[in-house]
Amino acid sequence: MSDRQVPTIYPETQFYWDGAKEGKLLLQRCKKTGEVYYPPRPFCPGTGSRDIEIFEASGKGRLYSYVINQMPAPGYEPPFVVAVVMLEEGVKMLTNIVGCPPDPAALELDMPLELTFEMRGDVAVPQFKPAGDAT
Amino acid sequence: MRKAVIAGIGSTAFGRHQDRSIQSLAIDAGCAALVESGVERSRIGALYLGNFTAGPLCGQEVLAGITADELGLGPIPATKVEGACASGGIAFRHAVMAVRAGLCDAAIALGVEKMAHASGADVTAALNCAMDNRSDGPSGLTFPGFYGLAWRKYAAAGRANRDDVSAVVIKNKAAGLKNPLAQMGADLDLETIAASAYIADPIQLYDCCPVSDGASAVVVTTPELARDAVAEPLDILATVQTSGAPRIAGHADMCSLVATVAASSQALEEAGLGVDDLSLAELHDCFSIAEILNSEDLGLVPRGEGAAWAAEGRTGSGGDRPINPSGGLLAKGHPVGATGLGQIYEATIQLRGTHSNQVRGARFALTHNLGGAGVACTVSILGRPDA
Repeated sequence: MSDRQVPTIYPETQFYWDGAKEGKLLLQRCKKTGEVYYPPRPFCPGTGSRDIEIFEASGKGRLYSYVINQMPAPGYEPPFVVAVVMLEEGVKMLTNIVGCPPDPAALELDMPLELTFEMRGDVAVPQFKPAGDAT
Repeated sequence: MRKAVIAGIGSTAFGRHQDRSIQSLAIDAGCAALVESGVERSRIGALYLGNFTAGPLCGQEVLAGITADELGLGPIPATKVEGACASGGIAFRHAVMAVRAGLCDAAIALGVEKMAHASGADVTAALNCAMDNRSDGPSGLTFPGFYGLAWRKYAAAGRANRDDVSAVVIKNKAAGLKNPLAQMGADLDLETIAASAYIADPIQLYDCCPVSDGASAVVVTTPELARDAVAEPLDILATVQTSGAPRIAGHADMCSLVATVAASSQALEEAGLGVDDLSLAELHDCFSIAEILNSEDLGLVPRGEGAAWAAEGRTGSGGDRPINPSGGLLAKGHPVGATGLGQIYEATIQLRGTHSNQVRGARFALTHNLGGAGVACTVSILGRPDA
């Protein structure tokens, strides 16, 4: 686990990783248009406005697409699942699915997912697991 | 703007060149293109070089300057351009712009890459520089994974099963057998492809292009300066460059890349042609599913029917919409920075009528070069002067 790429934290993304450490997925919204966006940045990509607000996502989403990676990646033992999750707030996020066998039989598109976190050093990385799963 | 033509082309074979330096590959291709063009070296006013991984994999930069110096081009502006796998197409477009705008009377576009000597981990790390690593790096995603994510969505819409996608693999690997510059060729069947190792399920081994070394070059000039060319010069009817979302999850529809859609429609408009006028396309099939998605984005095939057209043989060299008669990236190879110029090379030979997998009566050819997760794209259209 510790060999996995640890995200680099910049001043403009510090809030996001601070939130993750507290178990929150923080998104941003343009106050002019209401557009929700991800990944974090200090301006709305749609309008360029810096008049934005930070809010906590519900942590719920659905499986948009996935691959079962069979090739090694730094810190990852294949097979592992790389997925795009459609968050309840309407933005897509590239992440991993954990707490679930890396098997197409266990991964159905549009299945409900919920937020979990993986610690890499002292950085909490948001990931997803099947909703209602106790693991 | 002035008219620009292709006066000469040159290319190494694509494949493994273990005993060659990256510089010598570029110079080989450049020399061949210059000789064929009949343009005096003193008339070449600019050099554009497409390359992506020479820094991390070869420990070498300033390749544009090295190449210009060794080709004896004098103190001209020599510029490296980079757009991941679209670097070669971008180099071509810049050469065309320079000639059209009258900045110089002739320019050379070169593309080069040397990757096959490096370990798989080093190649993957170098290619992953084509993602936005702030958001996409920590997930363990690789480029086979990106196209696997798209394939999963495409398949879920009921548009393709394993064997439909395999039709692209069979077609392009068979075409590779006919292309003397191709890295590989094979006579494959559905069972062999379906039994190959999974890379990023649903992507399997035969769905992936190889890791390649190679270089290609094109001399672009005015019709007047091209009069001494060895072969009849070809018209450059359009060359368009676009960009799109750099992140995998940034695409509204992962089965369609806006950079390709926009580049194709702009290029066809610039050329004054419709897709039915095109004799063939050399498009960016870095993975089998990519050929299917790109063929739809380019408008060559109706939306959702890319896999079906491939399975029906309509995209073969003898079909009604020939795609990648060179073998494409899947068989000819993908020396990243050279690929876009390799496509121009292949299209040129097709329009000269002398290709080893010739599309009969070829008059207009489209090339499509795509970088990263759809972050950079070029589309060019070439034509016979009598077309």
